[in-house]
Amino acid sequence: MAAAPPARELTQNPLQKTWEPYDNGLPAGHSAQRGVCMTNCPTLIVMVGLPARGKTYISKKLTRYLNWIGVPTKEFNVGQYRRDLVKKYKSFEFFLPDNEEGLKIRKQCALAALNDVRQYLSEENGHVAVFDATNTTRERRETIYKFGEENGYKTFFVESVCVDPEVIAANIVQVKLGSPDYVDCSNDEATEDFMKRIECYKNSYETLDETLDKDLSYIKIMDVGRSYLVNRVMDHIQSRIVYYLMNIHVTPRSIYLCRHGESELNLKGRIGGDPGLSVRGKEFAKSLAQFINEQNIKDLKVWTSQMKRTIQTAEALGVPYEQWKVLNEIDAGVCEEMTYEEIQENYPLEFALRDQDKYRYRYPKGESYEDLVQRLEPVIMELERQENVLVICHQAVMRCLLAYFLDKPAEQLPYLKCPLHTVLKLTPVAYGCKVESIFLNVEAVNTHRDKPENLDISRPPEDALVTVPAHQ
Amino acid sequence: MWGCRRRGRFPQGRRCRVCMTNCPTLIVMVGLPARGKTYISKKLTRYLNWIGVPTKEFNVGQYRRDLVKKYKSFEFFLPDNEEGLKIRKQCALAALNDVRQYLSEENGHVAVFDATNTTRERRETIYKFGEENGYKTFFVESVCVDPEVIAANIVQVKLGSPDYVDCSNDEATEDFMKRIECYKNSYETLDETLDKDLSYIKIMDVGRSYLVNRVMDHIQSRIVYYLMNIHVTPRSIYLCRHGESELNLKGRIGGDPGLSVRGKEFAKSLAQFINEQNIKDLKVWTSQMKRTIQTAEALGVPYEQWKVLNEIDAGVCEEMTYEEIQENYPLEFALRDQDKYRYRYPKGESYEDLVQRLEPVIMELERQENVLVICHQAVMRCLLAYFLDKPAEQLPYLKCPLHTVLKLTPVAYGCKVESIFLNVEAVNTHRDKPENLDISRPPEDALVTVPAHQ
Repeated sequence: MAAAPPARELTQNPLQKTWEPYDNGLPAGHSAQRGVCMTNCPTLIVMVGLPARGKTYISKKLTRYLNWIGVPTKEFNVGQYRRDLVKKYKSFEFFLPDNEEGLKIRKQCALAALNDVRQYLSEENGHVAVFDATNTTRERRETIYKFGEENGYKTFFVESVCVDPEVIAANIVQVKLGSPDYVDCSNDEATEDFMKRIECYKNSYETLDETLDKDLSYIKIMDVGRSYLVNRVMDHIQSRIVYYLMNIHVTPRSIYLCRHGESELNLKGRIGGDPGLSVRGKEFAKSLAQFINEQNIKDLKVWTSQMKRTIQTAEALGVPYEQWKVLNEIDAGVCEEMTYEEIQENYPLEFALRDQDKYRYRYPKGESYEDLVQRLEPVIMELERQENVLVICHQAVMRCLLAYFLDKPAEQLPYLKCPLHTVLKLTPVAYGCKVESIFLNVEAVNTHRDKPENLDISRPPEDALVTVPAHQ
Repeated sequence: MWGCRRRGRFPQGRRCRVCMTNCPTLIVMVGLPARGKTYISKKLTRYLNWIGVPTKEFNVGQYRRDLVKKYKSFEFFLPDNEEGLKIRKQCALAALNDVRQYLSEENGHVAVFDATNTTRERRETIYKFGEENGYKTFFVESVCVDPEVIAANIVQVKLGSPDYVDCSNDEATEDFMKRIECYKNSYETLDETLDKDLSYIKIMDVGRSYLVNRVMDHIQSRIVYYLMNIHVTPRSIYLCRHGESELNLKGRIGGDPGLSVRGKEFAKSLAQFINEQNIKDLKVWTSQMKRTIQTAEALGVPYEQWKVLNEIDAGVCEEMTYEEIQENYPLEFALRDQDKYRYRYPKGESYEDLVQRLEPVIMELERQENVLVICHQAVMRCLLAYFLDKPAEQLPYLKCPLHTVLKLTPVAYGCKVESIFLNVEAVNTHRDKPENLDISRPPEDALVTVPAHQ
């Protein structure tokens, strides 16, 4: 290694408050921010398994998780390519192993999907692509692996193996009966056809083998997560993917999200701090207790932050609860306990930068939404492990959690509506999440500030403050 | 902390009546000799204690050494040696009794039972013991057939064992190989079918692949994640602080200052030192604070900034001198001295918070090979405590002076530490625990251990 050149100057990025080196007034390289480990190689995840084994469920969930933690990920469902190409699905006969026409079309779709994968990973800055198809033969997987090698991708296989007929039947009900393939069929017709479709694959199915596939990187998920076989995890992202897949489950349950009751600072339009509940906030806590009681939830876990207002709210429930420091509200740094009017007065530049990029903007000596997501990742992981949970948290925190469950992108996340005194009940269904919003009938101030029109750093105060909600 | 019962990320609650959550966990190692069971036991114990889960390991071989003062030969382990079998069973039961005491009477959360446990019968006995006492049992098996790995293990940890203190290396190796043979015939590996109702992880070929069955709860999930991230490839971890900063000179804590003149000197010396070490594929990590980044800049190599490596947040005390803290917050200052690990600055953090924040760094350090971490005093203390297995009471007082690199190299069951002062003077920032911890102590008693500054 040669002698190091003279150290470059550092400049602080005004939005994210990160220190970056610059050469001759221009940002220089050599410094990466770690949000989540960015591997230098894109990663190609290849699903493997018979129909109705949860491949698409896993693909979508994994994609949602990776995007939320900041790893650009996209899924490519070959069945969807087939539906786009062959407008009308006739019957399982399309999938018979000796149907030449069917085989030709299916191969064409796989190649079209792989081409889009290549475009996403090599031209559009994607980091991870999830290739969702049965990929049940060693030959097909070999083709895909070679494709990955040619393009400089790391390939990781995710196989789902399940022989439990009850699970398969439940999957069919959940996600196949409503498929566009069966839009004109009765449930019985659809089920019968789909079972025959599965049979078409069984004879040629070559599961990932400990010996024959010992040089591949993969996880084999057995019986919906009862056990796992993990082989040759190559890097950080694969390790995170394995950890995530080993923590998710399909047991029906609901997640309840709400904020603390209205606080004294909420009333005054002040952000942050560690205030107690207002009179109405305490009312809400009682209403919440009643609501929870009526819901009759089995084995409900209750989580709060370590801030007084969430704990006071939980106290009214009269049940054990767990305090998590990482559920604390976003740290507004120098702006803590200010009103928006005061922020505009004292830090007009900061206020404008925040409106320009609310997700990445970090308060001076504080945090950004982007920081919050990193901080909340263990909460998401534990929520995946758990069953029925009530999370009593804060506005920015709740927006982050909600964005994960509802697959909202970074641009929308900081503007999700999470009003006080309203419980969101999230129930996983099919490939997504059902949301029920329950306002508990105790009035509270509105704390939601929309993005104003004028984002210019030299805007007049009234333009900046036009969307500030009313307060005392 | 707000009054009510507080449970951290790891519920440290009371024992439950039915074994659901909050049950103690009994980890049972499984495997032939020289498969890394003790290595894994010790490492796992160290990790769990560091993240705040009271854990203790129970090595049955140690019980045997305590009972049978002098080891003679592998014949002790022959499957038909009645006397040997009797003593070994006695030792296992003594160890299990201590496990019971630790988990049921001493508030231990996890016990690691380190023995071969190679027969289904023995594992059945232990599982029953766990059930009777309300423990959740999790098996960790290490399977390895690679003769090179086994030979390397024997060199690393067996030749120096008390069992072989009077033998030559060749004698020891020969005896140990025969010892392994004693176990092979009766070895019943964890089986996907026969043991399908047990919770376990089977580690194959030093982490090439894993079979994981029935993970029951959060702690088992974390244990599996940890075990899947550790490796045994030789490497070194370099820890140091940023160069001396402008605020260091003034005796002020925290803030986001730049390097002093001497701090910049240090950065250059660090660059030279790293060059001379000729480290293969070195990764460099910094915090997102200016002083660590400035230090890394001098190296002229790519580096990664981690926000979680930022210095402990001193809240309302940021940028104060200790004298000012004593003046403005005498009660806080005393409370901090009373329990420096758990004390949280108003609107700031505690060392305990820091450890939680740093866990992903430790996990990634385990995955990586050669890494240089340029961080801060409190952060470095936390990382060092993990590698050197220092308990919470000692952690906040570990010495991490400026301009000194600590080179950590895993060896045998622990970590070798080399301390390299890079010959650029800097202020001392280490404040020892004073004698008088009373909240009504006079200022001079509080400030007696404050190091000199401008």
